[in-house]
Amino acid sequence: MMNLTLKIWRQANANAKGKMETYQMQEVSPDMSFLEMMDVLNEELIDKGIDPVAFDHDCREGICGMCSMFINGEAHGPDRLVTTCQLHMRKFKDGDTITIEPFRAKAFPVIKDLTVDRSSFDRIQQAGGFVSVNTSGNTQDANAIPIEKHDADKAFDAAACIGCGACVATCKNASAMLFVSAKVSQYALLPQGKVEATDRVLNMVNQMDEEGFGNCTNTGACEVECPKGISLENIARMNREYLYASLKG
Amino acid sequence: MTLIASSIGRKLTMALSGLFLIVFLTQHFAINITSVFSETLFNEISHFMGNNPLVQYVFQPILILGVLFHFTMGFVLELQNWKSREHKYKSYKGGANAPWVSRNMILSGIVILSFLGLHLYDFWVPEMNYKYVEVLPLDPNRYFEELVHRFENPVRVGIYTLSFVFLALHLYHGFASSFQSVGLNNKYSKAIKSITVAFSIVVPIGFVFIALFHHLTAF
Repeated sequence: MMNLTLKIWRQANANAKGKMETYQMQEVSPDMSFLEMMDVLNEELIDKGIDPVAFDHDCREGICGMCSMFINGEAHGPDRLVTTCQLHMRKFKDGDTITIEPFRAKAFPVIKDLTVDRSSFDRIQQAGGFVSVNTSGNTQDANAIPIEKHDADKAFDAAACIGCGACVATCKNASAMLFVSAKVSQYALLPQGKVEATDRVLNMVNQMDEEGFGNCTNTGACEVECPKGISLENIARMNREYLYASLKG
Repeated sequence: MTLIASSIGRKLTMALSGLFLIVFLTQHFAINITSVFSETLFNEISHFMGNNPLVQYVFQPILILGVLFHFTMGFVLELQNWKSREHKYKSYKGGANAPWVSRNMILSGIVILSFLGLHLYDFWVPEMNYKYVEVLPLDPNRYFEELVHRFENPVRVGIYTLSFVFLALHLYHGFASSFQSVGLNNKYSKAIKSITVAFSIVVPIGFVFIALFHHLTAF
């Protein structure tokens, strides 16, 4: 069992100033997930009549991309290739002080405490992160189109992005290039995606820029912190796609 | 227009201007290193570079524009990046996932820019003064002496050495990064990284060697 000091960002609403608050946690099991530890903290806060800490979560098995904490200076905490919900308390030691902050970016405004508005990602997706299909009943089965295994694997790797925003949170420039490049790549590599490739990359990058994300400077931090291991290769592919689309007009 | 106005377009222009400056740096080093082996050869090449119309009126203005563009765009991008995170983290472990050099290109860039000011004051301003202000007669044999004279001062050699350390750091990230920015991330990336490491060590050390060589052999 561990005794911990938690320093957590508390902010009543989007317009409130917000500040770090310190809480003591006793008898924390190393087998707990990080979010279970937060649940216990909230139970204790409720018992004391204090507003519980708001934080995003949903599936709690690393596939929905909802959990979004910045723990001890890293997106999703000190572990690699996991989301916050997959992080366990055994990664910490008795007596540790854990700093918990929301993902920070101009394009991810804080809603309350540790919850942030990531609808900028939704708007980027809506700008081109899809394939238009004929739904009249004559749609060709996607599996009937032969795709080279290498391309299928790369597309699948890109499609593994869960849109959690850790890439933005961890990038010193708050750039969304890894997320957008994964969404562009998953279609760019497949024949179904090539039809709308030009408009897709131009519109998605344009929307990304409008949302106020920073510029990519190739530090590679996004790739390291991504819970799904999305590769920088996708950013290079998007750069190529964008250059080609711009020249094509 | 869409291309230049976009974040990817700006990144592309930074990469291309950076690669252009790397080409310039390579030819600058190739010329300067001849001063270690042959005073005559160095004077001949320097005289050619200083008086050839193509070099003077085409390549030199392109170089000046390239330098101005690279650092101006660098500052513009840095400013935009600062604005993209208005509220900073209380705890941020940048070193846990990205090397120091890649996170501090603006710092190494500012040091190099400051050095460039000193370098222009040392060599370019006297050259302009010689040719266009005082309009002195052509002297194909003056370049080597001017070079050696500049490195007599140990403080200046020290400043040059420190600046080249930052140039090495800037190149260490910038060279390979340029290829990623233009869309090249493939089976050749490892080779590009190896070339980057070699270039960012050999060229700055070479420049330091030239300065130290002339400083130590001047007396």
